[in-house]
Amino acid sequence: MNFPILSSLILLPTVGALFLFFTKDKEGNNSTAKYVALFTTIVNFLISIYLWISFDQTTSNFQFVEDRTWIEGFINYKVGVDGISILFIILTTFITPLCIISVNNSVKNRLRDFLIAILIMESFMIGVFCALDLVVFYLFFEAGLIPMFLIIGIWGGPKRVYSAFKFFLYTLLGSVLMLVAIISIYWIAGTTDVAQLYELGIDSKYQNLLWLAFFSSFAVKTPMWPVHTWLPDAHVEAPTAGSVLLAAILLKMAGYGFIRFSLGLFPVASEVFTPLIYTLSVIAIIFTSFIALMQEDMKKLIAYSSVAHMGFVTLGIFTLQQQGIEGSIIQMISHGLVSAALFLCVGIVYDRMHSRMINSYGGIVTIIPKYSILFMLFTLAALGLPGTSGFIGEFLILMGAFKDNFLVAVIASLGVILGAAYMLWLYKRVVFGKLVNEDLKKMFDLNRSEYLILSCLAVPTLFFGFYPDPLINTIEVSVTDLINMHHTNIASK
Amino acid sequence: MENLNLVLPEIFISLSIMFLLVLGVFKKNSSKITFNLSLFAILITGIITINETFSVSRETLFNESVVIDTMSSLMKIITLIGGFLVLVISSSYLKIFKIYNIEYPVLILSSILGMMVMISSNDLIVFYMGLELQSLALYVLATYNRDQLKSSEAGLKYFVLSALSSGLLLYGCSLVYGFSGSTNFDIISNQLNSNEYVLTFGIVFILVGLAFKISAVPFHMWAPDVYEGSPTTVTLFFTMVPKIAALTVFIRFLYVPFLNLIDQWQMIIIFLSIASMVFGAVAAIGQTNIKRLIAYSSIGHIGYTLAGLATASNEGIQSSIIYISIYVVMNLALFSCLLMLRRKDQYYEDIEDLSGLSKNHPLLSLCMLVILFSLAGIPPLAGFFAKFYVFKAVLEQSMFFLAIVGLLSTVVAAFYYLRIIKIIYFDKEKDKYDTDHSLWLKFSLTVSTILILLYFIFPSQLIEVVSRINII
Repeated sequence: MNFPILSSLILLPTVGALFLFFTKDKEGNNSTAKYVALFTTIVNFLISIYLWISFDQTTSNFQFVEDRTWIEGFINYKVGVDGISILFIILTTFITPLCIISVNNSVKNRLRDFLIAILIMESFMIGVFCALDLVVFYLFFEAGLIPMFLIIGIWGGPKRVYSAFKFFLYTLLGSVLMLVAIISIYWIAGTTDVAQLYELGIDSKYQNLLWLAFFSSFAVKTPMWPVHTWLPDAHVEAPTAGSVLLAAILLKMAGYGFIRFSLGLFPVASEVFTPLIYTLSVIAIIFTSFIALMQEDMKKLIAYSSVAHMGFVTLGIFTLQQQGIEGSIIQMISHGLVSAALFLCVGIVYDRMHSRMINSYGGIVTIIPKYSILFMLFTLAALGLPGTSGFIGEFLILMGAFKDNFLVAVIASLGVILGAAYMLWLYKRVVFGKLVNEDLKKMFDLNRSEYLILSCLAVPTLFFGFYPDPLINTIEVSVTDLINMHHTNIASK
Repeated sequence: MENLNLVLPEIFISLSIMFLLVLGVFKKNSSKITFNLSLFAILITGIITINETFSVSRETLFNESVVIDTMSSLMKIITLIGGFLVLVISSSYLKIFKIYNIEYPVLILSSILGMMVMISSNDLIVFYMGLELQSLALYVLATYNRDQLKSSEAGLKYFVLSALSSGLLLYGCSLVYGFSGSTNFDIISNQLNSNEYVLTFGIVFILVGLAFKISAVPFHMWAPDVYEGSPTTVTLFFTMVPKIAALTVFIRFLYVPFLNLIDQWQMIIIFLSIASMVFGAVAAIGQTNIKRLIAYSSIGHIGYTLAGLATASNEGIQSSIIYISIYVVMNLALFSCLLMLRRKDQYYEDIEDLSGLSKNHPLLSLCMLVILFSLAGIPPLAGFFAKFYVFKAVLEQSMFFLAIVGLLSTVVAAFYYLRIIKIIYFDKEKDKYDTDHSLWLKFSLTVSTILILLYFIFPSQLIEVVSRINII
């Protein structure tokens, strides 16, 4: 057996967290703790890059598989990656160090504990994307609630307790039904190993109920309309780094779950419930875009825009077309970069002015030009301007949707226009116009670390906007095989 | 001649009790030595139990009225470990209340003896004898802090209600005896058939009596008051040890004499289980006293244990035993935390007293965080696996309703555990608590927390031991 590279990816942040746990917690600026955390996450990022380089793009089989007996005769600890999951792992390891750099200003107290929570969170998130056993997946999926609950609750804003509880209980409620489904799958099929389940298939008479149970969990996590209400609350109250993790990675777990489990395990049911997903996605796209237009709070606006963007993702996945699914994956990666950047942009002005209200800003373009340029870039990426990664994703999704269902695609395209409306209007109100407040003149432009973070996010956003081939090549074979498998399954039923 | 080695643990522990009583009478100021000797006695009993009985797969003694099998040995060992740990972490608490007397260890030993007899019983009379022995000791223990009104009230309440339930139990036993003509479980099992409707009454009476002992809804009324009023260390004992014995007896009753009547009792157990899970989760939300809250949460946990029993399968029984073992560890850890909330010789037991604990006592708070998330059943902590095994067994029998209700009530229960975490981590801090705790208290907290936290690395070991239990 080769070096267990995936397990080390999962374990390394936890080891870093343990190390931090035994260092002394200094009050104020605890730079040692920060460097330890940063070092751990950067090493993890490099390992994941190595993983990507040595990844074989010509096969859809799971690679780097580790399979160990965990509970005798019941569950194996099995991890592995294919073209679909590897990008999410890289996204996770890429975003986490940026989060750690960004804590400088936003987290004032108990920095060490915050970093421990972030590192443990990273372990769980990578675990979710690697897991090839349903129980292992569930374990990581649920365990992530603990650090996120603490991140929102301890370091959050004034209404943090309410938001943390809402986040925790909503997600838990969704997930317990998935647990019932997972155990039922074990009794129906005799295994919880994903690769084996792909081959065996699940009897179609059970599929609808099982699909709904998984759906209840993923719909809350995505979040889909009408169970999206926890997201704006959680985003608004969470500290910047928490919002970034939440938007960039946590929401992707559900999209990934839809592709890996809902499509892969329950092909017949996926076909049956496509209209449901279409309806909910279209409502999410149009309805939450309108809500976003009305928001006064910048973070809330971006949170609602996340719901709309994830609406595109679920729409794309269930078109069951090559373009649709590829578009969804690219849209998720792109949204991971762009929403992270947007939350950081809001965090940057919030650190200076302590307000997230749109009307307390205006005319800051002359005061902080560098910030305004980068903010512009991410605004345009969020609305899907050609040349940014957002465009590739949305375009492919809509292409897939037009192939499958013309009406849905037309309505969803309207969402693109609305997206442009609320993002540009937000930018206009915050950056352009008259100077509304004399205090704004005291704002200073990006400092070094902020500049670094935003550029790190800007480069891939632009790069993949012009040249998405690395992403598409990685996922292509896996997606093709997934769709072929889907069609053979449907045909045989 | 019977092989008396098999009951050597019981013989040894009864001799120790008598010796300690005599010692206490004749020697003045002997509390400390009695405590140490009784710890030693439990230790020796544990070693004898492991040595003499652990390899026995099934043997009966005294006209088949006592049975020694894997389940009895395992449950006895858990009982002894529980009793030992309660005793070691009690001393500092008792000293502060000036009730550090010889009676305490002797009473604990007697109740342990009663439980061991219960666990091994294969006969109605032996079972009842053990039950009463442990109950009598527990009545006195509940009132042990006799200068406090609440403690006396707790003892009295427990006595009156428990006597009532014993009466019901005895009535049930006499009905069963009347229909089967024997008090022996194996013979009853062969004699009974489900056509006798009055027999159902007998079963129901016995189940009611047992449900009372494990405080399953709707026979739980005594638990919150008794748990709140009793001295904290006694509450710890109440929440752990008697439940193990009562659960064992529950398993034996259901699966030896009444196995053929499964249609009669399965619905009752399912009802008890669902009612306990839901009620335990909902009623705990409004509590302000930690001990009362633990009482309601223990009602909920008993509901999950019963869910395993309701499946009528070996997997179900095994999952219940795993559940109760993990629950014992979590409870021990939680009470160790509770016993650390002491400031100037006064113990604090309101939830509000935990406010902002994480600022002054980060390690203690971290332990509580782990324990509470584990009690709420969040992976990857031990409490999740406990629930996982139970629901695995439940779903194997396609009891979807039970599983879904159970899992939904974990979400409700998560709310009140989260509320405590919120108070510890998100609220304003109060004064510091004393930190000069006894070594044993720190030891039990550390070990149990580590067990909870790292259980997921080695989940197979416990299953391996428990999977040797095959009752059906």
